[in-house]
Amino acid sequence: MNYEFNWMLVLTGEYRDWIIKGLIITLKISGLSIVLSMLLGTIITTLRMTRIKILEWITISYIEFFRNTPLLIQLFFWYFGSYVVLPEVINQWLYAHNYEFAVGVVSLTIYTSAFIAEEIRAGILSIPKEQMEASRATGLSFIQAMSYVVLPQAFRIVIPTLISQFLNLLKNSSLAMTIGVMELTYMARQIESYSFRGFEAFTVVTLLYIAISLIISLGINIYNKKFLRMIKY
Amino acid sequence: MIKIENIHKWYGDFHVLQGISEHINSGEVVVICGPSGSGKSTFIRCINRLEDIQQGKIIVEGKDINSPETDINQLRAEVGMVFQQFNLYPHITVLKNITLAPMKAKKIPKKEAEKIAYELLERVGIHEQAHKYPAELSGGQQQRVAIARGLAMRPKVMLFDEPTSALDPEMINEVLNVMKDLAREGITMIVVTHEMGFAREVADRIFFMDYGKILEGGTPEHFFKNPQHERTKLFLKEIL
Ligand SMILES: Nc1ncnc2c1ncn2[C@@H]1O[C@H](COP(=O)(O)OP(=O)(O)OP(=O)(O)O)[C@@H](O)[C@H]1O
Ligand SMILES: [Mg+2]
Repeated sequence: MNYEFNWMLVLTGEYRDWIIKGLIITLKISGLSIVLSMLLGTIITTLRMTRIKILEWITISYIEFFRNTPLLIQLFFWYFGSYVVLPEVINQWLYAHNYEFAVGVVSLTIYTSAFIAEEIRAGILSIPKEQMEASRATGLSFIQAMSYVVLPQAFRIVIPTLISQFLNLLKNSSLAMTIGVMELTYMARQIESYSFRGFEAFTVVTLLYIAISLIISLGINIYNKKFLRMIKY
Repeated sequence: MIKIENIHKWYGDFHVLQGISEHINSGEVVVICGPSGSGKSTFIRCINRLEDIQQGKIIVEGKDINSPETDINQLRAEVGMVFQQFNLYPHITVLKNITLAPMKAKKIPKKEAEKIAYELLERVGIHEQAHKYPAELSGGQQQRVAIARGLAMRPKVMLFDEPTSALDPEMINEVLNVMKDLAREGITMIVVTHEMGFAREVADRIFFMDYGKILEGGTPEHFFKNPQHERTKLFLKEIL
């Protein structure tokens, strides 16, 4: 084996800039999708728990459907399908504004929200039902009781599983390269095909993924500890 | 103020409330006692519609609480409730436990809600605990916070479901004393309890419940000296 490593090639100049660009896109697509999938997941779970039959039925179908289809298929589905399904005006607008990125966010959000909805539901079910009852008894509405009493407690319990969903999302965001989103993995692939320095490029990118993952878990854990310190059950 | 007209409730096949009719006047303090499983909790939980009834009517302040037109959240703001297990919110401070409903359900500004909360904490004797979390308080203190939380909505009626049963004996009195003060201030109260000393001292009427019915009710004097039913006599003998 006489492969000569050339780390400087990918750590300087144009290739370095590509990696930085890819990193920024990965952070953007993951960050945006994490926030949106948390929101969507919370809404879906809340609707599911209203005990209104039709809402329950719709949300369960949503969760089962999107949890059980491969993310890659969902990406292609939205990528090719949106233009059949969506009105012309919206398509025009999307094509003018980073269509691939939008499809990536939508797919990752919908896919991950189905998992997050289930995690949050487990958290909610672990909160004694008396908490909901006591808040309703003071005159709070169902939504208010959920927002101020049940969900804040449930979130704290499910933080560890939510972190692993966020990390999955980060890793899954690399699939967005298949529809042409120029994120980290896409860039590594690009460098490889220009320079044949695939090993170096993918090593750097791998380390970057690990670094982001560690930052996400650490950050959330520190945030959570600060709060958990104050609640004792 | 509260009219209960022949209410029935079933849990599946189980007929838990079997035709209860009572009028409770404004300012009255009513104590409900009876054996375990007789339906006491179920009955008072129907009064703020934490439970639904299948037959009959409950009218609070002229409003049929089970009618679809009644705004249930508004009704509950007028009917406070205190639970056996306190059920405080563990993730927020005592002060926030009390201000939450006034701020969110009644849209009272924070400053004002906090002012009310401090007054109430003063009234139940624990104003110095406002910034602690519920778990840092003793059971008796937690229950007094729960009472303050209930009062913060300025309810017309307060329901108490065995408020002292989960407390260590030495803490029972601090809670009962707060409740006695409330009773003297003229708040309408419906209290499920087996604290007969409390009943004797402040109740206007005592109801005895058994098998989903109110077997008898009357003034404490009448109730303790002259119980009519055998079941009541037996019950009183056991707990006094
Ligand atoms: N959600 C429910 N589903 C089915 N049965 C129930 C439910 N809640 C209560 N019951 C039954 O209804 C009966 C009355 O219960 P309830 O809690 O009102 O009694 P109670 O008089 O408050 O008793 P205790 O003194 O033990 O608190 C009991 O037999 C109980 O098992
Ligand atoms: Mg009970």
